[in-house]
Amino acid sequence: MGILSTSIGRKVAMALSAFFLMFFLLQHLTINVLSVFSPEIFNEVSHFMGTNPLVQFVLQPVLIFAVVFHFIMGFILELRNKKANGKSYAKNNGAANSTWMSRNMIWSGVTILAFIALHFIDFWFPEINTKFIQGDWTGVIEGQEGFRYHEELVHKFTNPVRVGAYIVAFVFLGLHLAHGFTSAFQSMGGNAGRKKIFQNIGKAYSIIIPLGFIFIALYHHLNH
Amino acid sequence: MALNSKVPHGPLKDKWTDYKNQINLVNPANKRHIDVIVVGTGLAGGSAAATLAELGYNVKSFAYQDSPRRAHSIAAQGGINAAKNYQGDGDSTYRLFYDTVKGGDYRSREANVYRLAEVSANIIDQCVAQGVPFARDYGGLLDNRSFGGVLVSRTFYAKGQTGQQLLLGAYSAMNRQIARGKIEMFNRHEMLDVVVVDGKARGIIARNLVTGEIERHSAHAVVIASGGYGNVYFLSTNAMGSNVTAGWKVHKKGAYFANPCYTQIHPTCIPRSGDYQSKLTLMSESLRNDGRIWVPKNLEDVKAIREGKLKPTDLTEEQRDYYLERRYPAFGNLVPRDVASRAAKERCDAGFGVNATGEAVYLDFAASFERYGSEQAKIQNISNPSPEKIKQLGQEIVRAKYGNLFQMYEKIVDENPYETPMMIYPAVHYTMGGVWVDYNLMTTIPGCYAIGEANFSDHGANRLGASALMQGLADGYFVLPYTIGDYLSDDIRTGKISTDTPEFDAAEKEVSERINLLINNKGTHSVDYYHKKLGKIMWDKCGMSRNKEGLEEAIEEISALREDFWKNVLVPGTANEYNEQLAKAGRVADFLELGELFAKDALVREESAGGHFREEYQTEDGEAKRMKEFQFVSAWEYKGEPKNAVLHKEDLAYENIEVKERSYK
Amino acid sequence: MNLTLKIWRQLDASDKGKMVDYKVTEISEHMSFLEMMDVLNEQLIASGKEPVAFDHDCREGICGMCSMYINGEAHGPDRGVTTCQLHMRMFKDGDTITIEPFRAAAFPVIKDLVVDRSAFDRIQHSGGYISVNTSGNTQDANSTLISKTAADKAMDAATCIGCGACVATCKNSSAMLFVGAKVSQYALLPQGQVEATDRVMNMVHQMDLEGFGNCTNTGACEIECPKGISLENIARMNREFLKASVKG
Repeated sequence: MGILSTSIGRKVAMALSAFFLMFFLLQHLTINVLSVFSPEIFNEVSHFMGTNPLVQFVLQPVLIFAVVFHFIMGFILELRNKKANGKSYAKNNGAANSTWMSRNMIWSGVTILAFIALHFIDFWFPEINTKFIQGDWTGVIEGQEGFRYHEELVHKFTNPVRVGAYIVAFVFLGLHLAHGFTSAFQSMGGNAGRKKIFQNIGKAYSIIIPLGFIFIALYHHLNH
Repeated sequence: MALNSKVPHGPLKDKWTDYKNQINLVNPANKRHIDVIVVGTGLAGGSAAATLAELGYNVKSFAYQDSPRRAHSIAAQGGINAAKNYQGDGDSTYRLFYDTVKGGDYRSREANVYRLAEVSANIIDQCVAQGVPFARDYGGLLDNRSFGGVLVSRTFYAKGQTGQQLLLGAYSAMNRQIARGKIEMFNRHEMLDVVVVDGKARGIIARNLVTGEIERHSAHAVVIASGGYGNVYFLSTNAMGSNVTAGWKVHKKGAYFANPCYTQIHPTCIPRSGDYQSKLTLMSESLRNDGRIWVPKNLEDVKAIREGKLKPTDLTEEQRDYYLERRYPAFGNLVPRDVASRAAKERCDAGFGVNATGEAVYLDFAASFERYGSEQAKIQNISNPSPEKIKQLGQEIVRAKYGNLFQMYEKIVDENPYETPMMIYPAVHYTMGGVWVDYNLMTTIPGCYAIGEANFSDHGANRLGASALMQGLADGYFVLPYTIGDYLSDDIRTGKISTDTPEFDAAEKEVSERINLLINNKGTHSVDYYHKKLGKIMWDKCGMSRNKEGLEEAIEEISALREDFWKNVLVPGTANEYNEQLAKAGRVADFLELGELFAKDALVREESAGGHFREEYQTEDGEAKRMKEFQFVSAWEYKGEPKNAVLHKEDLAYENIEVKERSYK
Repeated sequence: MNLTLKIWRQLDASDKGKMVDYKVTEISEHMSFLEMMDVLNEQLIASGKEPVAFDHDCREGICGMCSMYINGEAHGPDRGVTTCQLHMRMFKDGDTITIEPFRAAAFPVIKDLVVDRSAFDRIQHSGGYISVNTSGNTQDANSTLISKTAADKAMDAATCIGCGACVATCKNSSAMLFVGAKVSQYALLPQGQVEATDRVMNMVHQMDLEGFGNCTNTGACEIECPKGISLENIARMNREFLKASVKG
């Protein structure tokens, strides 16, 4: 863990966890999009993900770890950077040399953290409760036919306040990704982040991912 | 005291090798008991400190800047000469030696210059090993450019920042020794006196520029590497802090000061734009390869241009006076620096200066645009190209060659030099004179050495382009580390030098009293007021051309100005704090003394040689006239007032080179 | 033109310091920013006040000594210039200009606008060199071929003037552009390979000890750098660091 006591080591750890989370976001969106096109396939895949031991007992803990790590490290870095910063300027024109996104990763990050809390209350805690406390691994609602996943998803998006909160969070996610995508390459020592093509991929990624989630939320909200 | 240059006997090419074989060395175990002070961290001081520390001496280094890396060597643009003959164009140690002696107008010491040429190749090897990123060609070999009117390509360069890269190389070597604890670095410290004990230099008094504290530092030898004194003119291409103080203090304690009047005035600098101007910026002399220098033929046109009613591009060829081409048809715009500078001054003095201050001439690239453009049109097979197309093609070529200089010009002057001619004017930028040293680079104070621009040694009356960097590094890396050992071998039993002695007491007292005098004076004029006045006297009367009458006036005027300074100078703040005005006041006080000696030296030297042009001693065509009887080094001994200084002559013998006339017609 | 200057005044390191307003008149647009400061100082001296202390030396953009934070930007609003090369034509008559020292915990203020950047020197002591002694018989300079591309890139990295604008600009006061440039210069050259592992580890370690912050890749340093040092150098340092960490 010696490397995590160095500035560059911490950045690399941030980047590695970011890569994992960005990959996770991509697969999460892919599965969720299925809910729009086919509730059946969505249910099948959700059940697989929800019950597969590899996903549940290996990937899920890794994911949790990555999320927690990314946030804690982000806060540690923020605190250290504040300390390094010393006295602040009476006049500072940050906009002259950098984007708002790059200067406010901590705020977009905190917004996303708040969203994750909501998201956990909405989906993850009930799942854990059903599976690990009640021991119900069937994926169906008692006395009904078919899987419960699509039904639950649709139900969550009936409340306009929740949908609104989700949309706001996704906008911040987009801002976070707009800087984070290429930044992660830079931290890993890659030149890729400065190549036009990767910058464009980064832009596309940071727009498509949040937009996709927003689309799904709105779709279900408006359709039911 | 009679001057002894201590040049070893024997054939020129064997002198240095034989000498190195014979001088005394200090055993490695003894070196750690010996301390050396190095004042200044430029190419000479930085390289000397690093090398002495590598050898095992305990080095204390002093810089007035906040880091050794900021010494003004960093501003050298063009390159560094070395007799490597990588281009196979006939270069050799002898040829570099020959060019340097001739370029110096036969006023430098043969043996020193030969040694310089001899070690020049080692410098390049050393710097490359340190990781200096010299320019390379596509085959991966080092690239060279030609420079300063010599016949071979021997100049190594790192873009237009050669001085920076070489200095960072020396700084990196210093860093390694600082990390090992072999160099103790004193940043933001200024040497204010040398301490002489039993006739030997044994330490310095320095002021901590942050706290104002006066400190005593002892050593077995003191090395002065504090650069040149061009700032005696107020305006020069030197850094704002560049000063003569260290050199002047050792002079006052017994070191002779040599050839103070030899100053190099560089022809291609950006002109002054007003009285507020604080310093001048050099434009590489390579621009004269492609630019034509002119002023309007008629004074009415000059007036109209100054008033903004006429643009230089409006003048026809017939209305322009390409005065260098007119006066020197053979060399034209490529005459040596001193000749080009004097010719510009002559035109401006006659009222033809083209900017508001009346001190600027044009450097015009229009002809080059056309020449290169037509050539390009042919290469690119463009038939009947329009004049605009030709101009555009030509500008592309010029941009590739000098783009960064054109850009720098535009940033400073706010005119686009692709569309209107550049304005240039000569400016002071290097001083060949300095503290007198013998072959060992030791001054007339035993144990006190002077290296780099601070000494007088290798450039005679005029320095060739790309030779300053070479000399600084040669002195610091390859000469001083040998010669100082010969002296220090006597000191292996001396032990640590105490700073608690009457000599240190006296020196510190003297320094403190002087500082208190400045602080408590509470006069009416700022330090800059005096510095500007001094600069004006120097520029007008000890500048590009000098005459008896003017020099005599200068001596009186400087003397009077100095008196006025000590009566009426105003230094704000206190002595015990960061006080830039106080530091500057001390430096200007020394310039006020040096300036007078400068004028005296110029007065005594009744000839014209290199950077020293006496109007009385010129040929019918207005060219410099060297006099056989002045083939000596003027070494001045301090005797109170500068005007009372006593002249000692070191005769210069040329046994390996024929003394010839320089002509550029 | 006439200007209002808001300047940070601080007696010494222990003083709290404050912004003070000054008026300067008859400023020519051809003046450099520091010449404008000279005018102010002459004015202050004449009226019996303390002149403003600021660092400066070569006044031609190469020594790296000048260091002002002008209107919220290191070295002011122009690009590719140091404060000494900034000209007053960048401003308008009647403007108010805010002038502050470079700020970072690792750059304590000495007086007014003068800061202590010795942390940079200490980072260089920890590895900013190639261990080669001076001798007359180092191998010939042309005995190792170096590709033009590598030499040119090393040169680009080596142009850093150590002014600290990157740190001053960085919202985290990170020194990674500075350290990255030095690490890169040597990493790109064969001479630098022998000590590459130790160098990057030691320099990064020292950089952390000095209390500089972390790079969050905002890119502000690259924009404000008067010498245009590329962010690529930070990436290269990260890479060198990872390589060195794996090697152990």
